[in-house]
Amino acid sequence: MDITVEVKDITSGVEVWVKGEIDAYTAPKLSETLYPLSKREGIVMIVDLTEVSYMDSTGLGVFVGLFKSVRAHNGVFTLVGLSERLQRLFDITGLADIIDIKSHAEGGVE
Amino acid sequence: MSQAYEYIEMKIPAKPDFIGVIRLTLSGIASRMGFTYDEIEDLKIATSEACTNAVQHAYKEQDYGQVKISFGLYEDRLEVMVSDSGKSCNFDEVRQGLGPYKNGHEVEFLREGGLGLYLIETLMDEVKIHQHEGVTVFMTKFVDGEQVEMDAKVLST
Repeated sequence: MDITVEVKDITSGVEVWVKGEIDAYTAPKLSETLYPLSKREGIVMIVDLTEVSYMDSTGLGVFVGLFKSVRAHNGVFTLVGLSERLQRLFDITGLADIIDIKSHAEGGVE
Repeated sequence: MSQAYEYIEMKIPAKPDFIGVIRLTLSGIASRMGFTYDEIEDLKIATSEACTNAVQHAYKEQDYGQVKISFGLYEDRLEVMVSDSGKSCNFDEVRQGLGPYKNGHEVEFLREGGLGLYLIETLMDEVKIHQHEGVTVFMTKFVDGEQVEMDAKVLST
């Protein structure tokens, strides 16, 4: 019931790997790690959720916040590696139409 | 008409730290009742959302209150009740901000919270909210989709 957030610099921005469960307890850690990065002008932020085993609305809230911040700084925010469960969460909340979500096949983080 | 059921109750400190513990317990209960993997995941999200609401809204001023989670195990369904005894927030007001995001919302106007109650109502079969000396969320999920959701998948065996 914990989370790890691994950030790797790439030329145009950052690749992020999130592992574990995202809930009200762990979301602040995710937010604290990524929010400052989202304010870099023109940043490309790719977040890989392959190893996220659980997520609820607190996680959605963090990603909406990051997406807004990255966009406000003329960057690009992309989520990759969503399980069927996670994809469903983004679908039923309507976020899948707003945030850029890519499967691995479409060129996610390797 | 009363039906036989088994009852389990837990109390946790009103801190987000313990919501994961409730999910673990709930997984155990729901899997031995015969819920499917997807149904268990739905239950976990709905119950966590209710606990998160209780922790975040009810105890803004007074730390270390408690949140009570009760499980009613019936033959055909699981009832989950999450209650706090802290201050009640105005759920009608909360409801105003509910619902999925619509494509076309300007990015800067996207809400970052308020999806919790919407998810509870979407993922459970029945939801009732009582407001009396605090807030109680009362939700039911049927085993084997006795009340089939619109988007439920049909499993062939």
